[in-house]
Amino acid sequence: MIEVRQVNKIFNDRPVLIDVCATFESGKVNMVIGKSGSGKTVLLKSLVGLHSIDTGQIFFDGRDFHTLKQKERIEIRKEVGMLFQGGALFDSSTIEENVMFPLDMFTNDTQQEKLKRVNFCLERVNLHGINDLYPSELSGGMQKRAAIARAIALNPKYLFCDEPNSGLDPQTAIVIDNLIKEITYDFGITTVVNTHDLNSVLSVSDTIVFIYEGRSWWNGTKERMLTTDNQELNEFLFSSEIMRRIKT
Amino acid sequence: MNVFFHVGRYVAFLVKVFSRPEKHTIWIRQFFKEVQKLGLSSTGIIILVSLFIGAAITIQMAYNITSPLVPDYVISLTTRDTMLLEFSSTIISLVLAGKVGSNVASEIGSMRVNEQIDALEIMGINSSSFLVLPKILAFVFFIPFLVIISMFVGIGGGWLSTVFMNVITPQDYIEGIQLAFIPYYVTYSIIKSLVFAFLIVTISAYQGYYVSGGALEVGKASTKAVVYSIVMVLLFDLILTKLLLS
Ligand SMILES: Nc1ncnc2c1ncn2[C@@H]1O[C@H](COP(=O)(O)OP(=O)(O)OP(=O)(O)O)[C@@H](O)[C@H]1O
Ligand SMILES: [Mg+2]
Repeated sequence: MIEVRQVNKIFNDRPVLIDVCATFESGKVNMVIGKSGSGKTVLLKSLVGLHSIDTGQIFFDGRDFHTLKQKERIEIRKEVGMLFQGGALFDSSTIEENVMFPLDMFTNDTQQEKLKRVNFCLERVNLHGINDLYPSELSGGMQKRAAIARAIALNPKYLFCDEPNSGLDPQTAIVIDNLIKEITYDFGITTVVNTHDLNSVLSVSDTIVFIYEGRSWWNGTKERMLTTDNQELNEFLFSSEIMRRIKT
Repeated sequence: MNVFFHVGRYVAFLVKVFSRPEKHTIWIRQFFKEVQKLGLSSTGIIILVSLFIGAAITIQMAYNITSPLVPDYVISLTTRDTMLLEFSSTIISLVLAGKVGSNVASEIGSMRVNEQIDALEIMGINSSSFLVLPKILAFVFFIPFLVIISMFVGIGGGWLSTVFMNVITPQDYIEGIQLAFIPYYVTYSIIKSLVFAFLIVTISAYQGYYVSGGALEVGKASTKAVVYSIVMVLLFDLILTKLLLS
Protein backbone atom coordinates (compact mmCIF):
# COMPACT_ATOMS: atom_id res chain seq x y z
CA MET A 1 0.00 0.00 0.00
CA ILE A 2 1.19 3.51 -0.81
CA GLU A 3 -0.03 6.50 1.14
CA VAL A 4 0.39 10.02 -0.13
CA ARG A 5 -0.05 12.72 2.50
CA GLN A 6 -0.33 16.44 1.84
CA VAL A 7 2.22 16.48 -0.95
CA ASN A 8 3.18 19.84 -2.42
CA LYS A 9 5.41 20.37 -5.42
CA ILE A 10 6.40 23.72 -6.86
CA PHE A 11 8.09 24.20 -10.25
CA ASN A 12 9.69 27.61 -10.74
CA ASP A 13 7.31 29.36 -8.33
CA ARG A 14 4.31 27.60 -9.88
CA PRO A 15 2.55 25.07 -7.64
CA VAL A 16 1.91 21.89 -9.63
CA LEU A 17 0.80 19.63 -6.77
CA ILE A 18 -1.16 21.16 -3.90
CA ASP A 19 -1.89 19.19 -0.72
CA VAL A 20 -2.34 15.97 -2.66
CA CYS A 21 -3.60 13.05 -0.56
CA ALA A 22 -4.25 9.56 -1.86
CA THR A 23 -4.14 5.92 -0.86
CA PHE A 24 -3.13 3.25 -3.35
CA GLU A 25 -4.04 -0.23 -2.18
CA SER A 26 -2.14 -3.43 -2.84
CA GLY A 27 -3.53 -6.02 -5.22
CA LYS A 28 -5.68 -3.36 -6.82
CA VAL A 29 -5.59 -1.16 -9.88
CA ASN A 30 -5.55 2.36 -8.52
CA MET A 31 -6.25 4.97 -11.14
CA VAL A 32 -5.30 8.62 -11.20
CA ILE A 33 -7.41 10.63 -13.61
CA GLY A 34 -7.41 14.26 -14.62
CA LYS A 35 -7.06 16.65 -17.50
CA SER A 36 -3.85 17.00 -19.47
CA GLY A 37 -1.51 19.18 -17.46
CA SER A 38 -3.29 18.58 -14.14
CA GLY A 39 -0.15 17.03 -12.61
CA LYS A 40 -0.58 13.28 -12.99
CA THR A 41 2.88 12.58 -14.36
CA VAL A 42 4.50 14.84 -11.79
CA LEU A 43 2.63 12.99 -9.02
CA LEU A 44 3.73 9.60 -10.30
CA LYS A 45 7.35 10.69 -10.65
CA SER A 46 7.27 12.30 -7.21
CA LEU A 47 6.18 9.00 -5.68
CA VAL A 48 9.56 7.47 -6.50
CA GLY A 49 11.70 10.56 -6.15
CA LEU A 50 12.29 11.31 -9.82
CA HIS A 51 10.98 14.70 -8.73
CA SER A 52 11.73 15.90 -5.23
CA ILE A 53 8.72 17.14 -3.29
CA ASP A 54 8.59 20.38 -1.33
CA THR A 55 6.44 19.23 1.58
CA GLY A 56 4.45 16.14 2.47
CA GLN A 57 5.05 12.45 2.97
CA ILE A 58 4.86 9.34 0.83
CA PHE A 59 4.73 5.95 2.57
CA PHE A 60 5.59 2.69 0.84
CA ASP A 61 4.09 0.13 3.20
CA GLY A 62 4.97 2.37 6.10
CA ARG A 63 8.37 3.51 4.83
CA ASP A 64 8.50 7.29 4.37
CA PHE A 65 10.29 7.48 1.02
CA HIS A 66 11.50 11.04 1.08
CA THR A 67 13.16 10.80 4.50
CA LEU A 68 15.03 7.61 3.63
CA LYS A 69 18.74 7.56 2.90
CA GLN A 70 19.81 7.20 -0.72
CA LYS A 71 20.72 3.57 -0.14
CA GLU A 72 17.32 2.68 1.32
CA ARG A 73 15.57 4.53 -1.48
CA ILE A 74 17.42 2.42 -3.99
CA GLU A 75 16.10 -0.67 -2.20
CA ILE A 76 12.54 0.59 -2.68
CA ARG A 77 13.20 1.49 -6.29
CA LYS A 78 14.24 -2.06 -6.95
CA GLU A 79 10.73 -3.08 -5.90
CA VAL A 80 9.20 -0.65 -8.37
CA GLY A 81 8.36 -1.32 -12.00
CA MET A 82 7.47 1.69 -14.07
CA LEU A 83 5.89 2.09 -17.46
CA PHE A 84 6.65 5.53 -18.84
CA GLN A 85 4.37 7.61 -21.00
CA GLY A 86 6.58 6.97 -24.05
CA GLY A 87 7.70 3.44 -23.17
CA ALA A 88 11.32 4.51 -22.54
CA LEU A 89 12.85 1.34 -23.95
CA PHE A 90 16.60 1.65 -24.46
CA ASP A 91 16.76 2.20 -28.18
CA SER A 92 20.29 0.94 -28.71
CA SER A 93 19.38 -2.45 -27.23
CA THR A 94 17.19 -5.22 -28.59
CA ILE A 95 13.89 -6.13 -26.93
CA GLU A 96 15.52 -9.14 -25.30
CA GLU A 97 18.37 -7.01 -23.94
CA ASN A 98 15.86 -4.45 -22.71
CA VAL A 99 13.84 -6.96 -20.73
CA MET A 100 16.96 -8.72 -19.52
CA PHE A 101 18.57 -5.49 -18.40
CA PRO A 102 17.12 -5.37 -14.85
CA LEU A 103 18.00 -9.05 -14.45
CA ASP A 104 21.56 -8.39 -15.58
CA MET A 105 21.87 -5.56 -13.11
CA PHE A 106 20.27 -7.07 -10.04
CA THR A 107 20.41 -10.85 -10.16
CA ASN A 108 23.19 -13.37 -10.31
CA ASP A 109 21.21 -15.81 -12.43
CA THR A 110 22.82 -17.71 -15.27
CA GLN A 111 22.22 -16.58 -18.83
CA GLN A 112 19.84 -19.50 -19.30
CA GLU A 113 17.73 -18.62 -16.26
CA LYS A 114 17.57 -15.00 -17.33
CA LEU A 115 16.54 -15.93 -20.84
CA LYS A 116 13.78 -18.11 -19.43
CA ARG A 117 12.50 -15.23 -17.35
CA VAL A 118 12.68 -12.84 -20.31
CA ASN A 119 10.67 -15.20 -22.48
CA PHE A 120 8.16 -15.70 -19.69
CA CYS A 121 7.65 -11.94 -19.37
CA LEU A 122 7.38 -11.45 -23.13
CA GLU A 123 4.93 -14.33 -23.30
CA ARG A 124 2.93 -12.67 -20.54
CA VAL A 125 2.45 -9.58 -22.71
CA ASN A 126 1.76 -11.64 -25.84
CA LEU A 127 4.94 -10.85 -27.66
CA HIS A 128 6.69 -13.78 -29.32
CA GLY A 129 9.58 -14.03 -31.71
CA ILE A 130 10.62 -10.41 -31.47
CA ASN A 131 13.54 -10.92 -29.10
CA ASP A 132 16.10 -9.65 -31.58
CA LEU A 133 14.22 -6.63 -32.89
CA TYR A 134 15.02 -3.08 -31.83
CA PRO A 135 12.37 -0.85 -30.23
CA SER A 136 12.19 1.32 -33.35
CA GLU A 137 11.13 -1.74 -35.33
CA LEU A 138 8.00 -2.26 -33.19
CA SER A 139 4.64 -0.53 -33.34
CA GLY A 140 3.64 1.81 -30.52
CA GLY A 141 1.44 -0.80 -28.86
CA MET A 142 4.14 -3.46 -29.06
CA GLN A 143 6.64 -1.06 -27.53
CA LYS A 144 4.26 -0.41 -24.64
CA ARG A 145 3.88 -4.14 -24.09
CA ALA A 146 7.62 -4.70 -24.24
CA ALA A 147 8.01 -1.93 -21.69
CA ILE A 148 5.51 -3.70 -19.44
CA ALA A 149 7.53 -6.88 -19.81
CA ARG A 150 10.64 -5.02 -18.66
CA ALA A 151 8.74 -3.43 -15.77
CA ILE A 152 7.63 -6.81 -14.43
CA ALA A 153 10.92 -8.65 -15.03
CA LEU A 154 11.97 -8.39 -11.40
CA ASN A 155 8.55 -9.18 -9.90
CA PRO A 156 7.85 -5.67 -8.64
CA LYS A 157 5.77 -4.98 -5.54
CA TYR A 158 4.70 -1.67 -7.00
CA LEU A 159 3.82 -0.99 -10.62
CA PHE A 160 3.42 2.54 -11.96
CA CYS A 161 1.97 3.13 -15.40
CA ASP A 162 1.85 6.55 -17.01
CA GLU A 163 -0.87 6.63 -19.65
CA PRO A 164 -0.37 3.00 -20.67
CA ASN A 165 -2.74 3.26 -23.61
CA SER A 166 -2.35 6.78 -24.91
CA GLY A 167 -1.98 6.73 -28.66
CA LEU A 168 -3.35 3.21 -29.04
CA ASP A 169 -6.48 2.06 -30.81
CA PRO A 170 -9.40 1.06 -28.52
CA GLN A 171 -8.87 -2.68 -28.99
CA THR A 172 -5.15 -2.64 -28.24
CA ALA A 173 -5.88 -0.30 -25.34
CA ILE A 174 -8.20 -2.90 -23.84
CA VAL A 175 -5.56 -5.60 -24.26
CA ILE A 176 -3.07 -3.49 -22.33
CA ASP A 177 -5.59 -2.57 -19.64
CA ASN A 178 -6.52 -6.19 -19.09
CA LEU A 179 -2.89 -7.14 -19.00
CA ILE A 180 -2.17 -4.62 -16.25
CA LYS A 181 -5.19 -5.83 -14.32
CA GLU A 182 -4.23 -9.50 -14.58
CA ILE A 183 -0.67 -8.85 -13.53
CA THR A 184 -1.86 -6.81 -10.59
CA TYR A 185 -4.21 -9.53 -9.37
CA ASP A 186 -1.89 -12.43 -10.11
CA PHE A 187 1.04 -11.01 -8.19
CA GLY A 188 -0.75 -8.83 -5.64
CA ILE A 189 1.01 -5.72 -6.90
CA THR A 190 0.19 -2.18 -5.81
CA THR A 191 -0.57 -0.69 -9.19
CA VAL A 192 -1.01 3.00 -9.93
CA VAL A 193 -2.21 3.97 -13.39
CA ASN A 194 -2.39 7.50 -14.79
CA THR A 195 -4.94 7.94 -17.50
CA HIS A 196 -7.45 10.22 -19.10
CA ASP A 197 -9.03 7.32 -20.94
CA LEU A 198 -12.45 6.78 -19.40
CA ASN A 199 -12.77 3.42 -21.08
CA SER A 200 -9.94 2.05 -18.97
CA VAL A 201 -11.31 3.68 -15.87
CA LEU A 202 -14.66 2.02 -16.33
CA SER A 203 -13.24 -1.36 -17.27
CA VAL A 204 -10.33 -2.00 -14.94
CA SER A 205 -10.16 0.52 -12.07
CA ASP A 206 -10.63 -0.53 -8.46
CA THR A 207 -10.04 2.88 -6.88
CA ILE A 208 -9.97 6.32 -8.49
CA VAL A 209 -8.36 9.62 -7.57
CA PHE A 210 -9.35 12.66 -9.59
CA ILE A 211 -6.68 15.34 -9.80
CA TYR A 212 -7.94 18.82 -10.59
CA GLU A 213 -5.45 21.65 -11.11
CA GLY A 214 -2.89 19.94 -8.92
CA ARG A 215 -5.27 19.04 -6.09
CA SER A 216 -6.69 15.62 -5.21
CA TRP A 217 -10.24 16.72 -5.82
CA TRP A 218 -12.25 13.53 -5.48
CA ASN A 219 -11.69 9.85 -4.76
CA GLY A 220 -13.86 6.76 -4.84
CA THR A 221 -14.90 3.87 -7.07
CA LYS A 222 -16.19 3.81 -10.63
CA GLU A 223 -19.75 3.16 -9.51
CA ARG A 224 -19.71 6.22 -7.28
CA MET A 225 -17.94 8.22 -9.96
CA LEU A 226 -20.83 7.89 -12.38
CA THR A 227 -23.34 9.23 -9.90
CA THR A 228 -21.20 11.92 -8.32
CA ASP A 229 -22.46 15.45 -8.01
CA ASN A 230 -18.94 16.87 -7.89
CA GLN A 231 -19.09 19.57 -10.55
CA GLU A 232 -15.48 19.52 -11.79
CA LEU A 233 -15.46 15.73 -11.99
CA ASN A 234 -18.71 15.78 -13.93
CA GLU A 235 -17.32 18.32 -16.35
CA PHE A 236 -14.24 16.13 -16.86
CA LEU A 237 -16.25 12.94 -17.29
CA PHE A 238 -19.08 14.15 -19.41
CA SER A 239 -17.23 16.42 -21.77
CA SER A 240 -17.61 13.87 -24.54
CA GLU A 241 -20.78 13.12 -26.40
CA ILE A 242 -20.59 9.39 -25.76
CA MET A 243 -20.32 9.84 -22.01
CA ARG A 244 -23.23 12.27 -21.97
CA ARG A 245 -25.32 9.60 -23.67
CA ILE A 246 -24.27 7.04 -21.08
CA LYS A 247 -25.31 9.42 -18.33
CA THR A 248 -28.85 9.93 -19.65
CA MET B 1 25.85 33.88 -12.06
CA ASN B 2 24.92 31.54 -14.87
CA VAL B 3 28.54 30.50 -15.28
CA PHE B 4 28.84 29.68 -11.58
CA PHE B 5 25.63 27.68 -11.72
CA HIS B 6 26.93 25.57 -14.58
CA VAL B 7 30.39 25.10 -13.12
CA GLY B 8 28.85 24.04 -9.82
CA ARG B 9 26.45 21.63 -11.43
CA TYR B 10 29.20 20.27 -13.69
CA VAL B 11 31.38 19.50 -10.67
CA ALA B 12 28.48 17.89 -8.82
CA PHE B 13 27.75 15.87 -11.95
CA LEU B 14 31.35 14.63 -12.05
CA VAL B 15 31.18 13.58 -8.43
CA LYS B 16 28.14 11.45 -9.24
CA VAL B 17 29.80 10.07 -12.36
CA PHE B 18 32.87 8.91 -10.47
CA SER B 19 31.18 6.52 -8.11
CA ARG B 20 31.75 2.81 -7.96
CA PRO B 21 30.01 0.80 -10.67
CA GLU B 22 27.34 -1.61 -9.46
CA LYS B 23 28.06 -4.58 -11.65
CA HIS B 24 31.50 -5.15 -13.07
CA THR B 25 30.63 -7.55 -15.86
CA ILE B 26 28.13 -5.11 -17.35
CA TRP B 27 30.50 -2.25 -16.82
CA ILE B 28 33.28 -3.93 -18.80
CA ARG B 29 30.87 -4.68 -21.62
CA GLN B 30 29.87 -1.02 -21.73
CA PHE B 31 33.51 0.05 -21.71
CA PHE B 32 34.38 -1.97 -24.80
CA LYS B 33 31.25 -0.81 -26.59
CA GLU B 34 32.35 2.76 -26.02
CA VAL B 35 35.93 2.07 -27.09
CA GLN B 36 34.46 0.88 -30.36
CA LYS B 37 31.93 3.71 -30.69
CA LEU B 38 34.03 6.68 -29.62
CA GLY B 39 37.57 5.51 -30.36
CA LEU B 40 37.91 2.90 -33.08
CA SER B 41 35.24 4.45 -35.25
CA SER B 42 37.15 7.76 -35.22
CA THR B 43 40.31 6.23 -36.65
CA GLY B 44 39.27 6.74 -40.28
CA ILE B 45 38.59 10.44 -40.01
CA ILE B 46 41.79 10.99 -38.03
CA ILE B 47 43.88 9.26 -40.69
CA LEU B 48 42.25 11.27 -43.45
CA VAL B 49 42.61 14.64 -41.72
CA SER B 50 46.19 13.98 -40.63
CA LEU B 51 47.21 12.97 -44.12
CA PHE B 52 45.91 16.21 -45.64
CA ILE B 53 47.32 18.46 -42.95
CA GLY B 54 50.76 16.82 -43.00
CA ALA B 55 50.98 17.43 -46.73
CA ALA B 56 49.65 20.97 -46.43
CA ILE B 57 52.11 21.90 -43.67
CA THR B 58 55.03 20.61 -45.72
CA ILE B 59 53.99 22.64 -48.75
CA GLN B 60 53.49 25.76 -46.62
CA MET B 61 56.87 25.37 -44.95
CA ALA B 62 58.55 25.01 -48.31
CA TYR B 63 56.72 28.10 -49.49
CA ASN B 64 57.79 30.12 -46.44
CA ILE B 65 61.40 29.03 -46.25
CA THR B 66 62.90 30.10 -49.54
CA SER B 67 66.27 31.35 -48.33
CA PRO B 68 69.16 29.51 -49.98
CA LEU B 69 70.94 29.64 -46.61
CA VAL B 70 68.41 27.31 -44.97
CA PRO B 71 68.86 23.67 -45.97
CA ASP B 72 65.80 21.82 -47.31
CA TYR B 73 65.69 19.29 -44.50
CA VAL B 74 64.61 22.08 -42.12
CA ILE B 75 61.27 21.98 -43.88
CA SER B 76 60.53 18.39 -42.89
CA LEU B 77 61.98 18.92 -39.43
CA THR B 78 59.52 21.77 -38.84
CA THR B 79 56.68 19.77 -40.28
CA ARG B 80 57.46 16.96 -37.87
CA ASP B 81 57.60 19.24 -34.85
CA THR B 82 54.37 21.00 -35.79
CA MET B 83 52.64 17.66 -35.99
CA LEU B 84 54.09 16.45 -32.71
CA LEU B 85 53.54 19.64 -30.73
CA GLU B 86 50.24 20.98 -31.84
CA PHE B 87 48.48 19.24 -34.65
CA SER B 88 48.29 15.64 -33.49
CA SER B 89 46.95 16.60 -30.10
CA THR B 90 45.07 19.88 -30.34
CA ILE B 91 43.72 19.97 -33.87
CA ILE B 92 42.86 16.29 -33.69
CA SER B 93 40.96 16.99 -30.48
CA LEU B 94 39.02 19.75 -32.20
CA VAL B 95 38.00 17.31 -34.90
CA LEU B 96 37.05 14.79 -32.22
CA ALA B 97 35.12 17.43 -30.29
CA GLY B 98 32.89 17.66 -33.33
CA LYS B 99 32.48 13.94 -33.80
CA VAL B 100 32.55 12.54 -30.28
CA GLY B 101 31.06 15.59 -28.55
CA SER B 102 27.93 15.66 -30.68
CA ASN B 103 27.60 11.89 -30.50
CA VAL B 104 27.77 11.82 -26.69
CA ALA B 105 25.50 14.83 -26.17
CA SER B 106 22.83 13.64 -28.56
CA GLU B 107 22.85 10.08 -27.29
CA ILE B 108 22.52 11.08 -23.64
CA GLY B 109 20.19 13.97 -24.46
CA SER B 110 17.76 11.77 -26.32
CA MET B 111 17.87 9.23 -23.51
CA ARG B 112 16.90 12.09 -21.20
CA VAL B 113 13.96 13.39 -23.21
CA ASN B 114 12.67 9.88 -23.93
CA GLU B 115 12.64 9.14 -20.18
CA GLN B 116 15.24 6.39 -20.59
CA ILE B 117 17.37 8.03 -17.91
CA ASP B 118 14.34 8.10 -15.60
CA ALA B 119 13.87 4.42 -16.41
CA LEU B 120 17.43 3.71 -15.25
CA GLU B 121 16.98 5.76 -12.08
CA ILE B 122 13.74 4.00 -11.27
CA MET B 123 15.57 0.69 -11.35
CA GLY B 124 17.87 2.08 -8.69
CA ILE B 125 20.80 2.64 -11.03
CA ASN B 126 23.08 5.67 -10.82
CA SER B 127 22.38 6.76 -14.38
CA SER B 128 25.14 9.33 -14.66
CA SER B 129 27.82 6.91 -13.62
CA PHE B 130 26.35 4.04 -15.62
CA LEU B 131 26.15 6.03 -18.84
CA VAL B 132 29.04 8.45 -18.63
CA LEU B 133 31.91 6.75 -16.78
CA PRO B 134 32.49 4.08 -19.45
CA LYS B 135 32.53 6.81 -22.10
CA ILE B 136 35.10 8.90 -20.22
CA LEU B 137 37.43 6.03 -19.51
CA ALA B 138 37.07 4.51 -22.97
CA PHE B 139 37.86 7.74 -24.74
CA VAL B 140 40.69 8.78 -22.43
CA PHE B 141 42.11 5.29 -22.86
CA PHE B 142 41.91 5.38 -26.63
CA ILE B 143 42.92 8.93 -27.52
CA PRO B 144 46.71 8.34 -27.18
CA PHE B 145 46.44 5.76 -29.95
CA LEU B 146 44.70 8.29 -32.17
CA VAL B 147 47.39 10.84 -31.39
CA ILE B 148 50.18 8.46 -32.29
CA ILE B 149 48.43 7.33 -35.45
CA SER B 150 47.97 10.96 -36.40
CA MET B 151 51.68 11.69 -35.87
CA PHE B 152 52.78 8.89 -38.15
CA VAL B 153 50.17 9.53 -40.81
CA GLY B 154 50.76 13.29 -40.79
CA ILE B 155 54.48 12.91 -41.25
CA GLY B 156 53.71 10.31 -43.93
CA GLY B 157 51.41 12.82 -45.62
CA GLY B 158 54.26 15.30 -45.78
CA TRP B 159 56.45 12.68 -47.37
CA LEU B 160 53.79 11.90 -49.98
CA SER B 161 53.64 15.56 -50.88
CA THR B 162 57.38 15.54 -51.55
CA VAL B 163 57.04 12.45 -53.71
CA PHE B 164 54.09 13.63 -55.77
CA MET B 165 54.22 17.40 -55.68
CA ASN B 166 57.84 18.17 -56.13
CA VAL B 167 58.25 20.29 -52.96
CA ILE B 168 61.65 19.14 -51.76
CA THR B 169 63.33 15.84 -52.51
CA PRO B 170 62.05 12.86 -50.54
CA GLN B 171 65.65 12.21 -49.45
CA ASP B 172 65.88 15.64 -47.80
CA TYR B 173 62.52 15.06 -46.18
CA ILE B 174 63.57 11.74 -44.69
CA GLU B 175 66.81 13.26 -43.47
CA GLY B 176 64.98 16.17 -41.81
CA ILE B 177 62.47 14.11 -39.87
CA GLN B 178 65.31 12.18 -38.24
CA LEU B 179 67.19 15.24 -37.05
CA ALA B 180 67.06 16.74 -33.55
CA PHE B 181 64.15 14.58 -32.42
CA ILE B 182 62.90 15.45 -28.93
CA PRO B 183 60.91 12.53 -27.42
CA TYR B 184 59.38 14.82 -24.80
CA TYR B 185 57.25 16.41 -27.53
CA VAL B 186 55.38 13.12 -27.84
CA THR B 187 54.87 12.85 -24.09
CA TYR B 188 53.66 16.44 -23.99
CA SER B 189 51.23 15.78 -26.80
CA ILE B 190 49.80 12.69 -25.14
CA ILE B 191 49.38 14.42 -21.79
CA LYS B 192 47.47 17.21 -23.51
CA SER B 193 45.27 14.76 -25.39
CA LEU B 194 44.28 12.94 -22.19
CA VAL B 195 43.03 16.20 -20.72
CA PHE B 196 41.24 17.14 -23.93
CA ALA B 197 39.52 13.75 -24.12
CA PHE B 198 38.29 14.15 -20.56
CA LEU B 199 36.98 17.65 -21.28
CA ILE B 200 35.21 16.65 -24.49
CA VAL B 201 33.34 13.69 -23.02
CA THR B 202 32.42 15.28 -19.69
CA ILE B 203 31.28 18.61 -21.17
CA SER B 204 29.22 16.87 -23.82
CA ALA B 205 27.73 14.38 -21.40
CA TYR B 206 26.85 17.23 -19.06
CA GLN B 207 25.07 19.09 -21.86
CA GLY B 208 23.11 15.98 -22.81
CA TYR B 209 22.28 14.91 -19.27
CA TYR B 210 20.58 18.15 -18.33
CA VAL B 211 18.49 18.59 -21.47
CA SER B 212 14.83 19.19 -20.90
CA GLY B 213 12.22 19.40 -23.60
CA GLY B 214 12.31 17.53 -26.88
CA ALA B 215 14.26 16.82 -30.04
CA LEU B 216 14.91 20.52 -30.66
CA GLU B 217 16.61 20.91 -27.28
CA VAL B 218 18.70 17.79 -27.91
CA GLY B 219 19.95 19.42 -31.11
CA LYS B 220 20.77 22.62 -29.26
CA ALA B 221 22.56 20.70 -26.53
CA SER B 222 24.71 18.90 -29.02
CA THR B 223 25.67 22.21 -30.68
CA LYS B 224 26.56 23.64 -27.28
CA ALA B 225 28.53 20.52 -26.45
CA VAL B 226 30.71 20.97 -29.52
CA VAL B 227 31.19 24.71 -29.07
CA TYR B 228 32.06 24.54 -25.36
CA SER B 229 34.33 21.53 -25.90
CA ILE B 230 36.27 23.39 -28.59
CA VAL B 231 36.62 26.51 -26.47
CA MET B 232 37.78 24.53 -23.44
CA VAL B 233 40.21 22.44 -25.50
CA LEU B 234 41.85 25.61 -26.80
CA LEU B 235 41.90 27.23 -23.36
CA PHE B 236 43.54 24.16 -21.84
CA ASP B 237 45.93 23.98 -24.78
CA LEU B 238 47.18 27.38 -23.70
CA ILE B 239 47.32 26.50 -20.01
CA LEU B 240 49.05 23.16 -20.51
CA THR B 241 51.54 24.56 -22.99
CA LYS B 242 52.50 27.20 -20.46
CA LEU B 243 52.83 24.58 -17.74
CA LEU B 244 54.59 21.85 -19.69
CA LEU B 245 56.79 23.65 -22.19
CA SER B 246 58.20 26.66 -20.37
N1 LIG C 1 10.21 19.42 -15.27
C1 LIG C 1 9.23 20.37 -15.20
N2 LIG C 1 9.56 21.67 -15.01
C2 LIG C 1 8.62 22.61 -14.93
N3 LIG C 1 7.30 22.38 -15.01
C3 LIG C 1 6.91 21.10 -15.20
C4 LIG C 1 7.85 20.03 -15.30
N4 LIG C 1 7.17 18.88 -15.48
C5 LIG C 1 5.87 19.22 -15.51
N5 LIG C 1 5.70 20.55 -15.32
C6 LIG C 1 4.41 21.24 -15.28
O1 LIG C 1 3.57 20.58 -14.38
C7 LIG C 1 2.24 20.56 -14.86
C8 LIG C 1 1.70 19.15 -14.78
O2 LIG C 1 2.36 18.35 -15.73
P1 LIG C 1 2.13 16.80 -15.87
O3 LIG C 1 3.12 16.33 -16.86
O4 LIG C 1 2.10 16.18 -14.55
O5 LIG C 1 0.69 16.75 -16.51
P2 LIG C 1 -0.16 15.45 -16.80
O6 LIG C 1 -1.35 15.49 -15.93
O7 LIG C 1 0.69 14.25 -16.76
O8 LIG C 1 -0.61 15.75 -18.30
P3 LIG C 1 -0.72 14.72 -19.54
O9 LIG C 1 -2.02 14.03 -19.36
O10 LIG C 1 -0.74 15.63 -20.72
O11 LIG C 1 0.46 13.84 -19.51
C9 LIG C 1 2.27 21.11 -16.26
O12 LIG C 1 1.68 22.38 -16.24
C10 LIG C 1 3.71 21.20 -16.62
O13 LIG C 1 3.95 22.37 -17.34
MG1 LIG D 1 1.48 12.92 -18.16
